[in-house]
Amino acid sequence: MSSPDPLTADLRRLEEIVRLLEREDVDLDRALALFEEGVRHLKSAKERLNEAEARVARVLEDASGEVSLTDLDD
Amino acid sequence: MSRKPSGKSDDLFDAGESAVLPSRPPVRPSTRPAYTVTELAHELRAAAERATGQVWVKGEVIGLKVYEAGHWYFTLRDAESQLRCVMWKTYTRKFKVEPPEGIEVYALATPTVWPGRGELRLTAVALLPTAGVGLQQLSFERTREQLEREGLLDPARKRALPAFPRMIAVITSPDGVALHDIVTVGRRRWPAARIVLVPARVQGDDAVDELVRAVGVTNRLAGVDVCIVARGGGARDDLLAFNAEAVCRAVAGSRVPTISAVGHETDITLTDLVADLRAPTPSAAAAMALPDRAEIARHVGALAARLAHGLRSRTTVLAERLARLGERARGSVIRRVEARRGEWERLGASLDALSPLAVMNRGYSIARRADGPIIKRRDQLGPGEPFSLRVTDGSISARAE
Repeated sequence: MSSPDPLTADLRRLEEIVRLLEREDVDLDRALALFEEGVRHLKSAKERLNEAEARVARVLEDASGEVSLTDLDD
Repeated sequence: MSRKPSGKSDDLFDAGESAVLPSRPPVRPSTRPAYTVTELAHELRAAAERATGQVWVKGEVIGLKVYEAGHWYFTLRDAESQLRCVMWKTYTRKFKVEPPEGIEVYALATPTVWPGRGELRLTAVALLPTAGVGLQQLSFERTREQLEREGLLDPARKRALPAFPRMIAVITSPDGVALHDIVTVGRRRWPAARIVLVPARVQGDDAVDELVRAVGVTNRLAGVDVCIVARGGGARDDLLAFNAEAVCRAVAGSRVPTISAVGHETDITLTDLVADLRAPTPSAAAAMALPDRAEIARHVGALAARLAHGLRSRTTVLAERLARLGERARGSVIRRVEARRGEWERLGASLDALSPLAVMNRGYSIARRADGPIIKRRDQLGPGEPFSLRVTDGSISARAE
């Protein structure tokens, strides 16, 4: 995996933003922009946390070696 | 032996040669009519079989080939000589593993000749390693040494698992309990992950081939983040496939980080050693592969609180600076802040929706004394004293009765 998954990216950026905001030397405009960006990442992280696929599938392989998935009932 | 029983001098094949050969005592011609090749080969076979009968022979096994039917062909060798051997599947079936290259064995064998190929063979019916340990154990050690030499057991090869996998492949028997256990843990910890069964028998004659194939399939499947190789319960012998070199090589070569959940607490398999992580049970493997949603949600909640606090402390610093500024400068800053007020309130609202403050949406409010502290106990507020109630869309002024 070359780039981190979206949730990891959201959390990393959020942690960065919070660290920046907690420093004293960030001016108001920058603080507000960071806050705004932080809220976007929070929303996106929450959405990903609430994804609930929980699907179970089974791999099928055809004669030519092509693989596909079919959902399993359980 | 006479090459030319009839001995005619004008024989096409012998004419030139006889001229240069030194004269030798004439071979006494046999009175027996010429053998056919088949007759002679069978004669030799009978002689070979009579020579020693069934005997134990000590030597190293080299060049073992397994034929489809399950027969083994190999060579028994010592420092000076070698003899080709065959062991029919009736006898090889008793072995769980093939003898590793170079192993020294006692073979119980009968010499014979195969007329069809003109070859001397030993027909072996039993093999015992001379080292006094079982073939399985020896095979395990040999394979482990080989994998180690190639660096496949190097801890530096172990890959980190992705933090939030979206798809997990589970290589296991479709009839086993392992898949069920993994799905149960997966639903509880991280329901966003899709779990994909890659079926493979994990014990019996076909297990090695099916496991190798399943690793291949997993690698061809797009989007798989983690693979769990799992086996639930069973006797020690059931682990054999996971000690097979082919399975180890497949797992070591897999593009997908792999957790092995096949061994016992006390019984490590070679697949455990080449995998990126080893789990004691399939459930434990699922817990390693998947983050805990509740824990991540707490982390996100903490970040939301820090974010809100971060902005609040910014505005406090600003207020202090304003107090120190002259009237004109103050006016311009106030206008800027006023212009942003709407924006802040909108952001504040969206933050609250994400933070623990969202409980207010469920009907809770926060009561504060006029001088600030949150009211948690009766004695914090006397009769007639004012207080405020923080509700979802602002504050309500109130007075105690």
